[in-house]
Amino acid sequence: MSHPTMKEVLFNPVFANNPIALQILGICSALAVTSNLNTALVMSIALTLVTAFSNLFISMIRLHIPSSIRMIVQMVIIASLVILVDQVLRAYAFNIAKQLSVFVGLIITNCIVMGRAEGFAMQNPPLLSFLDGIGNGLGYSAMLLLLGVIRELFGAGKLFGIDIIPLTKDGGWYEPNGLLLLPPSAFFLIGLIIWALRQWRRNQIEPAVFTLAPQVSDKEGI
Amino acid sequence: MSTKHESTTRTLLVALVVSLVSSVFVAGSAVVLKPIQLENRLIDKQRNILTIAGIGKPDLSSKEVKDLFASSIKARVVDLQSGEYTDEFDPLVFDPLKASRDPKLSEALPLAQDIALIKRRERYATVYMVERDGKLDSLVLPVRGYGLWSTLFGFMAVKSDLKTVIGFGFYQHAETPGLGGEVDNPKWKALWPGKVLFDASGKPVIRIVKGNVDPSNPNAAYQVDALAGATLTSNGVDRLLQFWLGEQGFGPYLAKLRAQGA
Repeated sequence: MSHPTMKEVLFNPVFANNPIALQILGICSALAVTSNLNTALVMSIALTLVTAFSNLFISMIRLHIPSSIRMIVQMVIIASLVILVDQVLRAYAFNIAKQLSVFVGLIITNCIVMGRAEGFAMQNPPLLSFLDGIGNGLGYSAMLLLLGVIRELFGAGKLFGIDIIPLTKDGGWYEPNGLLLLPPSAFFLIGLIIWALRQWRRNQIEPAVFTLAPQVSDKEGI
Repeated sequence: MSTKHESTTRTLLVALVVSLVSSVFVAGSAVVLKPIQLENRLIDKQRNILTIAGIGKPDLSSKEVKDLFASSIKARVVDLQSGEYTDEFDPLVFDPLKASRDPKLSEALPLAQDIALIKRRERYATVYMVERDGKLDSLVLPVRGYGLWSTLFGFMAVKSDLKTVIGFGFYQHAETPGLGGEVDNPKWKALWPGKVLFDASGKPVIRIVKGNVDPSNPNAAYQVDALAGATLTSNGVDRLLQFWLGEQGFGPYLAKLRAQGA
């Protein structure tokens, strides 16, 4: 990554280097807010904006940040942006803010934001960093929206709260899968998506960190 | 890194400037947006009162909510202990939830009485009345209590006989979507209108029961289906109703109203 191009930083994180699927970051919020598409979409937008602008501001002052307090400075900037987003949501999207509750605030601790600040914005010029933030936000969003579609459609028969599949309890034919509305289902789904992605792009398969030694005797455990 | 960036003065200076600039942004946004946020919360509450009292639809615009609320709802503050109205507080400004955290305006509940798990109960509560031709047409009471994960905040609207339900619903909770969160399901809420909260002696008898309510059961009017897959939330709703309709809650107030023949 000596001289990444704008196109690379913007689109690589979507499939080639997805923050959730490859870097396995930001899983917590991906489980929490994807039970319906509305919250997933708003969360995606919020995280994309925070990552983009924290990257931009951190990159702008990167040459002035003493390395001994660089993480604290990054956190201050990220936290301020998150509070800003939270306040704006509470003022202009009250219902969604109610549903997202604590998870907007938790963007502060989302590893994607901090990871991009430390891993990219500290070494790259502002515009490129800004686009990198947007790109990683897009990668996160793609994953969240996919989860949101699957979970809301098959868990509640709806998309964006609008009935798509008629449910048996309303006289239709579809018996919704309640598990999909619970956070653990997103865990299974993310696992399946990672598997599918790595079947498609085999270079994403990680080499095994260690291999199991063969058993040498049937009394090893004694 | 050059040593110029790393000196102590420099480090302190950068920390100070970053903190200052950030705090200006954070404080600024909080101050500028606060009126809009408070307004949102108020309208959300009013919209719920109107919906539960059956005189408004959930999709009314903010302005319609405000106008309808102002023209059709009368708010009064009630002393829960004596059951009398009090004019000590302005009902539009008085915040019972804030009062429940104020030692002067609330009391801690002993564990045995705290069936709704709210820890402290305020001494005064705001009730909302819909009047027609100068007489009480319906009464909306605020209720709250703990479910599985969260405190549920809601309203119970009753007819002028003070025991038949017009509507019941929650405006704030954090129960599991799809399970306990189904307290918001219009189908479940539709089970409530027509149910009877009290028996002839004024004792709260409404219960949430497992399985379908058998319409031929003489007690069917006092029973509502529990939420499928959400036993703890259902229990919480059941208990918060017992609490707020009972002696610790609006019992004394409702008894006074009944005695006046309202």
